[in-house]
Amino acid sequence: MYDGGKIIVGLIIGIGLFLSPFIYNAGSSAKAPDPQLTEKAKEAKVCVAPTAYMRESHFTMLDEWRHTAVRDGERYYKAADGKIYYKSLQVTCLDCHSDKTKFCDQCHNYLAVDPYCWDCHIVPEEKK
Amino acid sequence: MGVDRREFLKIAGYATLFGLGGTAAIDILAPGELEASTTGIPLTQGKRWSMVIDMRKCLAQQDKKACKDCMVACHREHNVPDWGEPQHAVKWIWQDEYEHVFPDHPNEFVDEGVEGKPFILMCNHCFNPPCVRVCPTQATFKREQDGIVAMDMHRCIGCRFCMAACPYGSRSFNWGDPRKAPKKLNPDYPTNKAYPERSKGVVEKCNFCTELVAKGELPICVQACDKIKVHALNFGDLAHPESNVRKLLRDHYSVRRKPALGTGPNVFYII
Repeated sequence: MYDGGKIIVGLIIGIGLFLSPFIYNAGSSAKAPDPQLTEKAKEAKVCVAPTAYMRESHFTMLDEWRHTAVRDGERYYKAADGKIYYKSLQVTCLDCHSDKTKFCDQCHNYLAVDPYCWDCHIVPEEKK
Repeated sequence: MGVDRREFLKIAGYATLFGLGGTAAIDILAPGELEASTTGIPLTQGKRWSMVIDMRKCLAQQDKKACKDCMVACHREHNVPDWGEPQHAVKWIWQDEYEHVFPDHPNEFVDEGVEGKPFILMCNHCFNPPCVRVCPTQATFKREQDGIVAMDMHRCIGCRFCMAACPYGSRSFNWGDPRKAPKKLNPDYPTNKAYPERSKGVVEKCNFCTELVAKGELPICVQACDKIKVHALNFGDLAHPESNVRKLLRDHYSVRRKPALGTGPNVFYII
């Protein structure tokens, strides 16, 4: 093999560089998301749909809410238990889930999703 | 010897069949997500919302004081910032002088009562809205149920075709993020925490207060005008023969802006 030494050293350096992020982060895991409910949300106990559904598919529901509220003018949502909610991220959702950094951002940051809801919808001021 | 051609085709065929059946089977066994119910409370009934502006009352009030109550109320309700310069202005309800508002009423000798007088302008919520026709994303649309020309800010891509199409200048573009509007001019912005703001690069306009009408309330400009007991702005259903607006239009001579264009404006002016 011509220049065998150089090639092997090059390969070792290359593989080393490639693996460096894995080695660097070995043993430590990223902080798991830890969404905190506000007192108000804890008191209410129920959201507009079961927790499991909200956790996995709240964006599907928000999408449907915005479509039906804005385009079809259906501004009220009847939950499975018969309770009626005003379809509004800003007025209804954020009323209970008023702590965005401790609730929304926890999972959004972990999953590196950046929803543009907050470009227009006003986030309630958080108590420090 | 491995698989021959015939054998391979057989396997591929079965695999395809199984694959197709597989997705169907999953759909049948685990039927999707929770079906969200969308039945709710119906809209407050109105088939063709319109505004009749009695300019005699409005101008009388403006003579008394420089009344801008309707404009202030609207812009507070909808978090419309003041940019301080006319080329960035975001207009939902605004004023312009008679000659500019009705350029198709040219008259060398104009009645003193209206000559150069500031008229109240807003989106005409046209029966045949040109802005809706040109919108490439259907971000602006005419609501079938009540004729309000509404905006879906989520869909607007900021192409400004609608601004070119609107013959009334009722649409404004957000050249900057409303949150970055000068703090001096907007000290307590956002003024209504229950209403969203807009983002940079979308077009906005008067929405006939759909959010209030849905609750059975009058548009905020009408509320502001009624509050000072001027009652120049009248909101009502044109489709209903006994409505307040139909009665006003029956009893008074009224004009609309640029009717010859065929847009069918739903804002009427009693002069």
